[in-house]
Amino acid sequence: MKEDVYDMLGADVAWCPGCGNFGILTAIKKALSDLDIKPEELVLVSGIGQAGKLPHYLKSNVFNGLHGRSLPPATGIKAANPQLTVIDVSGDGCMYGEGGNHFMHTIRRNVDLTNLVHNNMVYGLTKGQASPTSQIDFHTPLQVEGVFEEPFNPLTVAISLGAGFVARAFSGDIEKTREIIKNAIQHKGYALVDIFQPCVTFNRINTYQWFQKHTYYLEKEHNPQDKVEAFKRASETENYPLGIFYQNKDKKTFDENLKVYEGDGRPLYQREVNQEALKKLINSKRGL
Amino acid sequence: MVISVPEKNDISLVLCGEAGQGIQTVEQILVRAFKMTGFNVSASKEYMSRVRGGQNSTQIRVSSRRVAAFLDRTDILVALSPGAIKHLQNRISSATIIIGDEKDVGKDHIGLPFRKMAREIGGPIFANIIAASTVCQMLDVDLETFHHCLTSMFARKGEEILEKDIKAGNQGYQLGESLKKIKIEKNPSLSSELLLNGSEAVALGCIAGGCRFISSYPMTPSTPVQAFLAEHASKVELVFEQAEDEIAALNMALGASYAGARSMVATSGSGFALMGEAVGLAGMTETPVVIYIGMRPGPAVGLPTRTAQEDLDLSLYSGPGEFTRAIFAPSKLEDAYYLSQQAFDLAEKYQIPVFILSDQYLADLYYNFPEENLRDMKIKNYLAKTKKNYLRYQFTPSGISPRGIPGYGNGLVVADSDEHDEAGHLTEDLEIRTKMVEKRYHKLKELKNEVMAPELYGSDHYQLLVLGWGSTYHPLKEALEELDNEEISLLHFQQVYPLHPDTRMLLEKAEKNVIFENNIKSQFANLIKLETGQEVDKKVLKYNGIPFSVEEVISNIKGELK
Ligand SMILES: Cc1ncc(C[n+]2csc(CCOP(=O)(O)OP(=O)(O)O)c2C)c(N)n1
Ligand code: SF4
Repeated sequence: MKEDVYDMLGADVAWCPGCGNFGILTAIKKALSDLDIKPEELVLVSGIGQAGKLPHYLKSNVFNGLHGRSLPPATGIKAANPQLTVIDVSGDGCMYGEGGNHFMHTIRRNVDLTNLVHNNMVYGLTKGQASPTSQIDFHTPLQVEGVFEEPFNPLTVAISLGAGFVARAFSGDIEKTREIIKNAIQHKGYALVDIFQPCVTFNRINTYQWFQKHTYYLEKEHNPQDKVEAFKRASETENYPLGIFYQNKDKKTFDENLKVYEGDGRPLYQREVNQEALKKLINSKRGL
Repeated sequence: MVISVPEKNDISLVLCGEAGQGIQTVEQILVRAFKMTGFNVSASKEYMSRVRGGQNSTQIRVSSRRVAAFLDRTDILVALSPGAIKHLQNRISSATIIIGDEKDVGKDHIGLPFRKMAREIGGPIFANIIAASTVCQMLDVDLETFHHCLTSMFARKGEEILEKDIKAGNQGYQLGESLKKIKIEKNPSLSSELLLNGSEAVALGCIAGGCRFISSYPMTPSTPVQAFLAEHASKVELVFEQAEDEIAALNMALGASYAGARSMVATSGSGFALMGEAVGLAGMTETPVVIYIGMRPGPAVGLPTRTAQEDLDLSLYSGPGEFTRAIFAPSKLEDAYYLSQQAFDLAEKYQIPVFILSDQYLADLYYNFPEENLRDMKIKNYLAKTKKNYLRYQFTPSGISPRGIPGYGNGLVVADSDEHDEAGHLTEDLEIRTKMVEKRYHKLKELKNEVMAPELYGSDHYQLLVLGWGSTYHPLKEALEELDNEEISLLHFQQVYPLHPDTRMLLEKAEKNVIFENNIKSQFANLIKLETGQEVDKKVLKYNGIPFSVEEVISNIKGELK
């Protein structure tokens, strides 16, 4: 499928020129086109933030929900219709701050979706406050003395919670990001891709140059099956490795665990009330 | 032994004991045995929020009539713990027959060697069975029926335990022989009637209404609805998921609904407070959802296991912004079944959140009724197959747009929590904004044409009109039956929002009206005033966590007659 099937002609894009979000949008389109995923079979779910607007710029079904709350509806969508491809797109504040609890528990559920997190280490839409991934000493109008909290490390958290696919990408490298996202979509089960995304307006520290300087790709020899090694590499903060840190293909997914789909893959909307089962249930309530 | 026995074909039997003593099991056995015998039964419980100790009680009414209301009067108290009599001191009189262990009840009452016999059988836990069986003998339940109920309750626990329970039953029955019998008319046709509680009635109604997805977080008193649906999920083809919190629960349900599954959540006060933001999301994205709230006294944690009607305001005003919603408050179990179906239907038809407000009293209330009283609603499919260039929020005269779902048709379904255009994409065009607000709110106009009428019980020519909503129905109605006064009628609401258009006229006709509510603000009276301009003259408000009793209602109404 050609990449342009996903183009939203005439969309009024609200991103700043030069923003890292553009690279991510392009990489997603390329990955989707490589995988031949039709817009009608795809649902993009997002929260609120600059990243959360991405679904409006890519032709697909969209559920643009609340700030921090993209994963629960994504889970509900997958539970109601496992045949849909579900991609969750959110910012670092949305996913790791407001939505932190859902982040943890969606990993535990192993919902078969791709979780793309635009990590610009700042709150973009609300104009430049610290995010959970902001680095120590990052100054903002609200963090006037600079950030002192330990930055959140999504990768080590995800690995330790047993996520089946954990990767990091950099939006400045569209080709590699495309490959990583492709792998993530193909992964059966929950897949996290934390994507370094320069915010050219509110983060003057973590710029394109900074990310280029402070990132490198995991070596070819890195074995993504090795959880301990993955954790070790994900803990590096001097320079940040990119690529697929960890993958476990053997985990049963959320919808595979749902009894309703045993021997019947029909989405829930296609099912009718099982009158016989209902009558039986009512009948069992005679206290006999 | 001389004991006085009320001869009214209507007995109020109260069991009281400590948490962890198995009162609920005894309640289950007795209620079943009574119904099988041909009595009408109803049971309601009050209990403490603890797993061991304290005092819990269950009132079982055994009657030749269909009665289900809470009574102050206690005809027989079965005291299963030393503290039981004190716990119930306000509900016992000199006419109350008190039966208990010889060590607990003192000389003035009927002390029987329950615990001693239980120890001989194998442990103090059997004391309850002995006591239950004694009561059965007094009420002329035959031993076979009692055995049958024991077997259906304990068979899964293995031969050995069942055998001991049967033995306990036999011994209790013998003890009962020395006591005077109480005669209640039997009607054998009752034995095959349904016997369920308010939680089960709602849950069954949700299944009948096509519920396919429920995500929730445990919270008393909504947990039984969750548990019922979880237990039967695979049989009736629905997904139950315990969410990480209530915020996730409602957002998840909205995702499932967006993808076409009829969806719901079940929660209670504080849990619902966490859902507020997502109620707004349902309103904004016009995603159908049913929200079941089992009310309990608040604020915050409040009294977890008690009853209240305090969250009408919260349901009415939850969520930022303005949009259409509907609120049901079932009062009868039969109707709870129907209303739950209607909740799903309205949610789908109008693409709105619909509330089912219940409370601890109704959620735990059991009684028997004939199966014919369960009405089924035909399920209508409101989903539209999408075409290319489908517009999720297309403007229509009614405000209701054809609702597509992803994967059904060639169109794309775009739902957005931001203000959006007809296609669903975010917009800050203020003209579109104005039209969208009107679209979302004007659905209310059409919804008002199908509001469930309040039930008028009594004559049309009333002078005093008694008002109530939700779970107060049974005490109010029974009080009116007792008063038997042509000039007093009851107007009871099972849909509390929007209000039925006749409400104003029905209130105006009365010389005086009096409302009964389990809250301090008279939330429903305030809503009536707001919607109809009619002031409710007198408000009887109770907020200690206990439902209104029939006697309490009678004395309050009598006060109004003076
Ligand atoms: C409940 C709630 N709280 C706060 C906000 C305001 N808000 C919108 S986006 C945002 C943070 C955005 O940062 P991030 O998620 O990192 O996304 P970015 O804009 O940087 O892409 C905040 C605080 C909101 N919309 N909802
Ligand atoms: S504010 Fe930052 S993140 Fe948002 S669009 Fe502009 S550059 Fe991108």
